[in-house]
Amino acid sequence: MSHYDLIVVGAGIVGASCADEATAAGLRVAIVEPGPIGGGATACGMGHLVAMDDDPAELALARYSLRRWEDHADLAEAEFSRCGTLWVARNETEAAGIAQRVARLEASGGEAEAVDAQALYRLEPALAPGLCGGMLAPREAVVYPPRVALHLVRRARQRGASLYAGRAVRRLGRATVTLDDGTVLAGPTLVATGCALPELLPQLPLRPRKGHLLITDRYPGLLHHQVLELGYASSAHGTAGSSVAFNVQPRPTGQILIGSSREFDVTDPAVSGPMLQRMLQRAFDFMPALRGLQAIRAWTGFRPTTPDGRPYLGAVPDSTDLWVAAGHEGLGVTTALGSARLMLDLLQGRPPAIDPAPYAPARALA
Amino acid sequence: MTERYDVLVVGAGPAGLAAARAAASHGARVGLLDAQARHGGQVWRHDVLHGTPRPARIAFDLLARTRGHVEWLPQHQVISADHRTLLVETPRAAVRLSCGSMVLATGARELLLPFPGWTLPGVTGAGGIQALAKQGWPVRGKRVVVAGSGPLLLAAAATLRRHGARVLGICEQAPAAAVAAFAMQLWRWPARAVQAAVLRTRLAGIPYRCGSFVRMAHGRDALCGVDVDDPHGPLHIPCDLLAVGYGLVPNVELASMLGCALDHTRIHPCVRVDTLLRTSTANVYAAGESCGIAGLAAARIEGSMAGHAAAGFPAAATALLPSRQRARRFADLLAQHFALDARTRTLAGADTIICRCEDVTLAALDGFTDARAARLATRCGMGACQGRICGTTLAELDRFPHGGIRPPLFPARLATLATGDPSTP
Amino acid sequence: MSAAGTVRLSVDGEPVAVPAGSSVAAAVASVAAARFRRSVRGEPRAAVCGMGVCFECRVRIDDTPHQRACMTPAREGMQVSTDD
Repeated sequence: MSHYDLIVVGAGIVGASCADEATAAGLRVAIVEPGPIGGGATACGMGHLVAMDDDPAELALARYSLRRWEDHADLAEAEFSRCGTLWVARNETEAAGIAQRVARLEASGGEAEAVDAQALYRLEPALAPGLCGGMLAPREAVVYPPRVALHLVRRARQRGASLYAGRAVRRLGRATVTLDDGTVLAGPTLVATGCALPELLPQLPLRPRKGHLLITDRYPGLLHHQVLELGYASSAHGTAGSSVAFNVQPRPTGQILIGSSREFDVTDPAVSGPMLQRMLQRAFDFMPALRGLQAIRAWTGFRPTTPDGRPYLGAVPDSTDLWVAAGHEGLGVTTALGSARLMLDLLQGRPPAIDPAPYAPARALA
Repeated sequence: MTERYDVLVVGAGPAGLAAARAAASHGARVGLLDAQARHGGQVWRHDVLHGTPRPARIAFDLLARTRGHVEWLPQHQVISADHRTLLVETPRAAVRLSCGSMVLATGARELLLPFPGWTLPGVTGAGGIQALAKQGWPVRGKRVVVAGSGPLLLAAAATLRRHGARVLGICEQAPAAAVAAFAMQLWRWPARAVQAAVLRTRLAGIPYRCGSFVRMAHGRDALCGVDVDDPHGPLHIPCDLLAVGYGLVPNVELASMLGCALDHTRIHPCVRVDTLLRTSTANVYAAGESCGIAGLAAARIEGSMAGHAAAGFPAAATALLPSRQRARRFADLLAQHFALDARTRTLAGADTIICRCEDVTLAALDGFTDARAARLATRCGMGACQGRICGTTLAELDRFPHGGIRPPLFPARLATLATGDPSTP
Repeated sequence: MSAAGTVRLSVDGEPVAVPAGSSVAAAVASVAAARFRRSVRGEPRAAVCGMGVCFECRVRIDDTPHQRACMTPAREGMQVSTDD
């Protein structure tokens, strides 16, 4: 039996970040991952590093994490591109809420500014006419998460972590895990398995939330910022069976990444023609120029979603030496680094930099 | 707006033309589509200098004289599909077509294997140069080396000569004994034997080397010469064009998207069909090269069979079964005698580009045993060709198996993907 | 169409005449520098498969980028630009 200071189950962006932090703290770490590193939701999303102001706890975690992401701005694998985030209002009602949103973002330590209609079209000439304004977070960036996950795992291994690649955890015991090949690892365990969480920790409610994305051929210069509609948060935080929200991103390659959609209660990963149609029609409303672009690929992914939309970060209730870092919905990449720091503080009994209460797994069983 | 047909035939090469005619002969309303502007597919491609091949003209003209109605739909590219509906893109629009049954006659593409210099302008496929020359690509007076494998090399060389190119030589990788053995079996397929004899005449004076393959292409911004490995010793041949192809690979992507079971017996999958050319998906039939590379005769017979069956007349299809079986045996002959020498699979060096769309080298793929992991880390296969070129190469090199397929079947305008189906809420 | 059986178009501003029925790929190849596009690393690339599979022949035709030249019939007055 091999003994570790920490066994990290799952090497998506969250697990990889936790393994990296743990090894940096001098812990002897094991990483268990059945598939490609960063091959789950990490590989399917937009890689957008974004602060959303709707939920104060989410905002605090994001802000904490975004500061950590700055350390990777020069990492080649991250393909860090500081394109900024431009939020767009469809109408006066949405525009009226901008000042408050700017204030919240600034209060949290970020940079945000209101943008009037004129400035909006200077920033993004391709936007549909008739939009009345928006909000710009100029320092936000996009990254390529699968390669970051690979980098973090590689770094952890350089510090001595053991990678059990192609292996899954069959059973969680008391400070032990049994792998599918019978290997037993001993030590405190951190479960960071994303949508697979219910397999190991069924007591923590978590649902997959299907999303669609599409990427185009290269059109450098068409889009300058990640652009979202202000109504995106309603889609993300809402509980509707299905919804779409305008979200486009200029990749450093010059390709345009287009989203977004959300569906509960669908486990089939097949691309849905009707869902794509809805998503694209929404996108055309904001950016008609997208109509003529060549789409190369469409794909789906599943966001791990908890009932209140916040991740589980902390000790698993009614257990010893068992921890969880999962359920980040669409903010897994943004909040991975902050989540990892928070987890290490909790593991090592230090007061964390942000209040951990909103993410306490125990809340799910209350 | 959805156009309705009894039978939709995808692909207007020999198999598709035969299928359309057969289905229409029973009075069916047929839609015959092709992404190209003209019918003929590859082997019957219209030649700007020499016109449309006679059998293609005849096959097309016959469509106007059937009991049923055949609507010719050129420049209609299938983007997504289910067993009853096709979402199709045309140069300026998108349209949904619905049908009672469907015949897939999607043909084949060329197997391109990477080697140092293969990405230089001037290096094309062998079937590739044939297609390009026929569509007007200037080859007159150009010095061309034809290389790779299979009878297609001879056809390509003949086309090149007909268009005024100087064919410097044909490098067939199969050993002389295998080629001779193939030639000796041709008497069983008289039409092919005649074809071979005609080709021999047309290619008089062109060196035909066996056991021979191109190791490297040279040039800075364009091709200027090739290094050839030959049993008699290495050669360097200065040239303007290199037409190199290592055989044909069935186009199974649409079948795969429709959920049709594929046959994985050979390295490259083909569509699995029963004796009535039914695929495993209800109402979907397949015919021709997509069911396995077997040549023109098989494609024509199978097209007819599938058309009869798709129109609801299986007896007419079954009647053709014996000729089909004979024609299909040609496939085994090809596979046996033109199997690829192991050396053709090890031509690529560490710096050789494998994924042309994203410029991913062989070295970048080292250390990955999982196709998906390799894709995520390198972007290999994530470009415009959607993995058709590199995916086929990597399967041939036994690095990664063929992956799955998602819509769009080919790159398509976003407006096309947003085309709603009026019957879907 | 101009002179019987000829199509006139321009490639990178240069006038080109090709036989009717030719593809845009043929027109581009008629120009001295037969290069269709630049790869991700900036290398020159030209048509390979001739049948719409490899996407190496992508050019801009009349303001629409990323068109496969080998799959597009040349039409009178088309303005083709390479190397986009």
